[in-house]
Amino acid sequence: MTSENHIIETKDVHLYYGKKEALKGVSLDFLPNEITALIGPSGCGKSTYLRTLNRMNDLIPDVTVTGNVTFENKDIYSPKMDTVELRKKIGMVFQQPNPFPFSIFENVAYGLRIAGMKDKAKIAEIVEASLKKAAVWEDVKDKLSKSALALSGGQQQRVCIARVLAVEPAIILLDEPTSALDPVSSGKIERMLLELKEEYTMIIVTHNMQQASRISDKTAFFLDGHLIEHGETRQIFTNPHKKETEDYISGRFG
Amino acid sequence: MEDSQKKLAEHSGKSRLEKIGKTISFLCIAFIVFVVLSILYFVASKGIATFTKDGVSLIDFLTGKIWNPGSIGENGKPLTGALPMIAGSFIVTLLAAAVATPFAIGAAIFMTEISPTVGKKILQPVIELLVGIPSVVYGFIGLSVVVPFMRNTFGGSGFGIISAAIVLFVMILPTVTSMSVDTLKSVPRYYREASLALGATRWQTIYKVVLRSATPGLLTAVVFGMARAFGEALAVQMVIGNAALMPTNLITPASTLTSILTMNMGNTVMGTLENNVLWSLALILLVMALFFNILTRWIGKKGAMN
Ligand SMILES: Nc1ncnc2c1ncn2[C@@H]1O[C@H](COP(=O)(O)OP(=O)(O)OP(=O)(O)O)[C@@H](O)[C@H]1O
Ligand SMILES: [Mg+2]
Repeated sequence: MTSENHIIETKDVHLYYGKKEALKGVSLDFLPNEITALIGPSGCGKSTYLRTLNRMNDLIPDVTVTGNVTFENKDIYSPKMDTVELRKKIGMVFQQPNPFPFSIFENVAYGLRIAGMKDKAKIAEIVEASLKKAAVWEDVKDKLSKSALALSGGQQQRVCIARVLAVEPAIILLDEPTSALDPVSSGKIERMLLELKEEYTMIIVTHNMQQASRISDKTAFFLDGHLIEHGETRQIFTNPHKKETEDYISGRFG
Repeated sequence: MEDSQKKLAEHSGKSRLEKIGKTISFLCIAFIVFVVLSILYFVASKGIATFTKDGVSLIDFLTGKIWNPGSIGENGKPLTGALPMIAGSFIVTLLAAAVATPFAIGAAIFMTEISPTVGKKILQPVIELLVGIPSVVYGFIGLSVVVPFMRNTFGGSGFGIISAAIVLFVMILPTVTSMSVDTLKSVPRYYREASLALGATRWQTIYKVVLRSATPGLLTAVVFGMARAFGEALAVQMVIGNAALMPTNLITPASTLTSILTMNMGNTVMGTLENNVLWSLALILLVMALFFNILTRWIGKKGAMN
């Protein structure tokens, strides 16, 4: 494992909410164009870990992070790091679909506009391409100027993914992106993620074991702020090395 | 048998209670509706009497520039031009709102987005205090501070539209600010997170997401402030000079609908033209109040459709 290959590396990451230690020394690396699933019982720190990767935890007062997180070999917690640029490279999809109360078009164009893009034709082109990649173009092409809030939850979530794709990140972080959706919508999103793998590195938090085994290359199992086990998804699910992992996967706790 | 009888009796007791409750609340509502309708009817009938009984034409009333209901003009009709007061009311209201809006929104942004702790611990209580100060106090301060300041700066008496607008601005600022704060606070956190996660700066997020999705609420706050400014009587009357003249500049005495009303209502006899025409001014105020009310509702509906 040479470090040049990894797109993100984290070493001994501790995170404290005030005095409460939510991550207790997590070291985990990610290869480009892979999907890594983060699994573990509720409250074990999956979302917290995910949010350290694009520094979204900065928004919460009283958070301290120690350890080392690098993206493309640059320390993202160094004072020189531009979080705005970082977050353009590392996009995020949230658990609850959270489109802005704007039109569908404006939602997807948002990232382009804030980046200062003015060319209308170019914006329209990227919006269309992003909606197509997010497999929601057919659903919305006739109502781009309608409010995104009028869409179904599954469509909203795919518009939110398109909104992230438009910015052309290298990495997409997904925090339980389908947990609020019905199985059909979830299936669409899973198929889409598999297609996106060609171009993006993805890290997905999920409580759905089938989902993790269906779409991920690697799986990391968290428990109580610790990373217990990390490896090929097939190995984790068929032949876990740690007892805790086995217990969790076979549904004995969590 | 006995048991179920008991239960039935108990049940009917409850439903009787419910009936009584319904009747009482219906009576209360009926009473309120009755009072409101009576006021509307009273003001409207008196206000319209100017035109039906005293033969003043509505056009003359709304566009006439000379206000002196006691005397007869060249055309043989009483001088009941209300335009100076109408203009005065609109000008002070718009000026006050135009100045208050950026301050209120700026303060609200500071309190919710930039420094919530200072906002909550210091500014919030201060604003709540300011909202509760009676308008006569604002008028008194205006009279003792703003009017002399204007007199020293621009000459003249110091009474005038600018003094009134400043007093109104200070008066509506806390209300508009606290309504704006509530509006910004109600913008869901996840909009901000989504924006920042897309690589927006904090300012871009405030400007393009928070303010944009809060626009209906902010507009409502401003309209609410305007309604308050338009209807304010005491504080304005103390600093505007109350000259029923067409306002030609901001620093000479002028008047508003409310100030002329409060000045003159005690000096006229019920049933005379002088009295009726004051009711016509009151009618305009009522219609404007209604208008502001409908406007806020309309904005709310528009916002909800978004
Ligand atoms: N803003 C916060 N302030 C304080 N403690 C927090 C905060 N957010 C999370 N925590 C705590 O940190 C721990 C990890 O939370 P986190 O949200 O990362 O768990 P999770 O694995 O994502 O759980 P879930 O599967 O329920 O989403 C929990 O004990 C939680 O209570
Ligand atoms: Mg979580």
